[in-house]
Amino acid sequence: MTPGSTGQRLRHQRPSAVARGRGTPYLFLLPAFLVYGAFALYPLGRAAQFSLYEWKGFGSSTFVGLGNYLDLAGDADFRRAIGNALMLIVFYSIIPLVVGLILAAILRRGQVRGMGFFRTVIFLPQVIALVVVAVAWRQIYSPHGLLNDVLRGVGLDALTRGWLGDPGTALAAVGFIGTWVEMGLVMLLMLSGMSRIPAEQFEAARLDGAGAVREFFAITLPAVRGEITVALVLTIIAALKTFDLVYMTTSGGPGNSTTVPSFEVYFRAFELREVGSASAVAIVLTVLIFAINVGVSRIGERES
Amino acid sequence: MRRRTFLGTTVALGSLGLLAACAPGSDSGGGDGAAPAPKADEVDTDIAALGDITLVVWDQEVRGAQNDAIEALIGAFQDKYPNVTIDRHSQSFDDLQKQTGLALSGNDVPDVLQVNNARGDMGAFVSDGLLTDLTGYAEAYGWTDRFAESVLSKMTYSADGVTFGEGNLYGLPQTGEVCGIYYSQKKLDELGASAPTTWDELFTLVDTAKEGGEQPIMLGNLDQWPALHVFGPLQANFVDAKTIVTLGMGNAGADWTSEDNVAALTRLAEWGSSGALGDSPNGLAYDDAWPEYTKGTGVLLIGGSWLGPDMEAVMGEDLRFMAPPPGADGKVATTGGTGIPFSIPAKAKNAAAAAAFIDFITSDDAMAMIAENGGMPVNRTAELAPDKGVNKDIYEAFDAVSTEGTLLPYLDYATPSFADTAGATLQEVIGGQATPEAAAGKLQEDYADFTERS
Repeated sequence: MTPGSTGQRLRHQRPSAVARGRGTPYLFLLPAFLVYGAFALYPLGRAAQFSLYEWKGFGSSTFVGLGNYLDLAGDADFRRAIGNALMLIVFYSIIPLVVGLILAAILRRGQVRGMGFFRTVIFLPQVIALVVVAVAWRQIYSPHGLLNDVLRGVGLDALTRGWLGDPGTALAAVGFIGTWVEMGLVMLLMLSGMSRIPAEQFEAARLDGAGAVREFFAITLPAVRGEITVALVLTIIAALKTFDLVYMTTSGGPGNSTTVPSFEVYFRAFELREVGSASAVAIVLTVLIFAINVGVSRIGERES
Repeated sequence: MRRRTFLGTTVALGSLGLLAACAPGSDSGGGDGAAPAPKADEVDTDIAALGDITLVVWDQEVRGAQNDAIEALIGAFQDKYPNVTIDRHSQSFDDLQKQTGLALSGNDVPDVLQVNNARGDMGAFVSDGLLTDLTGYAEAYGWTDRFAESVLSKMTYSADGVTFGEGNLYGLPQTGEVCGIYYSQKKLDELGASAPTTWDELFTLVDTAKEGGEQPIMLGNLDQWPALHVFGPLQANFVDAKTIVTLGMGNAGADWTSEDNVAALTRLAEWGSSGALGDSPNGLAYDDAWPEYTKGTGVLLIGGSWLGPDMEAVMGEDLRFMAPPPGADGKVATTGGTGIPFSIPAKAKNAAAAAAFIDFITSDDAMAMIAENGGMPVNRTAELAPDKGVNKDIYEAFDAVSTEGTLLPYLDYATPSFADTAGATLQEVIGGQATPEAAAGKLQEDYADFTERS
């Protein structure tokens, strides 16, 4: 090997000026960023801009500054929508999480036969289009639907009602559909988290005299903290941006008792032709989803 | 830190993009650049002399009978004028309605387009100058003789879009719709009752049916709007037609909180609380309700004429239809209207041919073709009525209302938000969550907000 060839090889290995430049990493990001910018950032920016105007969706527009946002502050429908969305978090996230955790722990412990079958059945709602889910549940909830038939069958006639038509039950009825849909996803996440826990840990706990409950809180729960965070983020997003279920089951009724922010966006933009106000709702919703999820992730990260 | 810089750059780039982008709507043409609408003596009716043209038509006549009728009419029009090729784009009403605003604001507009009569649609487009005033064409083609006045008023706006029901003509419909009362002849016979000829008889019939263990009226109001088709006819028993038209068209000068309006809402509330509309009308979907009616639940069903053929397919001769009994001013008045009217965008390239096409598809011969295909034509309804079946009842009812009585506007025409306000409010009245007085107040608020603003 001659010194010359070594030098040549060295030169060959040295990165070029372009590759060494500080901006180079960004060049690699550029293609993805362009796509992201064109289909996510630009529309988001335009929506933010629209929210500062009064505009019908066609024709001329008037700049109103933050007027649309100020209107929202005093808008009872909007506050109701936000309140309903927060309520839906209970049904979409909290209940599935609690039930999903318990179910997963039981399934893991019990080593049930035909586990694959149960997993598939519980996960199935995730695979079905939400529109189909909504239509099916609308039938179940209808005054002469399955739910009321069952109630009548067991002698609980007093409880029968049009579940989606009663302001006291409509939101819970819609929310329960969400619970049914999200349950499978949450349980699957929990199961996969629990399957990573070494069996020795449980064995050790058992030798120390821990029962099933103690085992759950001491070992299982801390081990799946990461999965809990993921499940919460996914289901909270789903809860806050619910549209199809409400659109297909109640159209926000009875009265305005089941309206949600996404439905308000649609309604304002396409029915009322108030694109500015619709964009303002959308921006507030985006900020809300972002803030809640940053909060959830922070808590999840800190504790792990 | 790196991440911060990147985020910062992103934000900066984004804002730059925003600054560069113009205000929404400012890049679209609006009404400018469109030729002014011709007067009657300027209208060019010699379509054969126009040379080869392609007429772009956007419609929502997608359902079976409607589609057959429009296809047949398009074929006949092209046979009559071989120089005209019709390029038809059809889609569902919901899809078309959501695109219309954007489509009209661009420069490449269709020549003929179906536009919903309501203030939120046609009214908004008129005030932005996006539709052609057809008044001149109407005179040249004799449309004012062809159509009943209460029908034409549903396509009439002042040029600024403020007044609805008076002023210029912006579209023509092919078909008619009317809300009335379906009844099961068999059930009436069982109850020993006959079809009511006055509203008081109808109220008695409701009680009789209830005592007889039947559900008096079938209503599925989960969708919010179906109650409007029940309340509309009912309101006419308490409130004079002129006032309802003013309220329904969103023109100034009426009041929802008046005693007679509250009385109408009170009757609806009583029907709701007494179970006359079923156990849970607000929990039952519209499209689940009428099939239940055909299976024998409910003596009456108050609703639109479009339900007739489908229900008749199950119930046969048992199903009958009638216009509501005469209203407060002694004449029959009920909610109804027209199919979605055909309009010409202000920037249409072939306005003359478009007008000729609209003339052709609303002509007397066209009415016969629509009837043959199973639709309900807006004109010549009585003479084209079939010999028997529920459509005979429906045609006769529509004819009676449109020629002798008043075709009341759908209440949700009134303001862009009235469909929602009225839908939600009537649900609360039926469900007992709002008193009739409170409901009237809510309706008045929406109506007054709108009429005072315009």
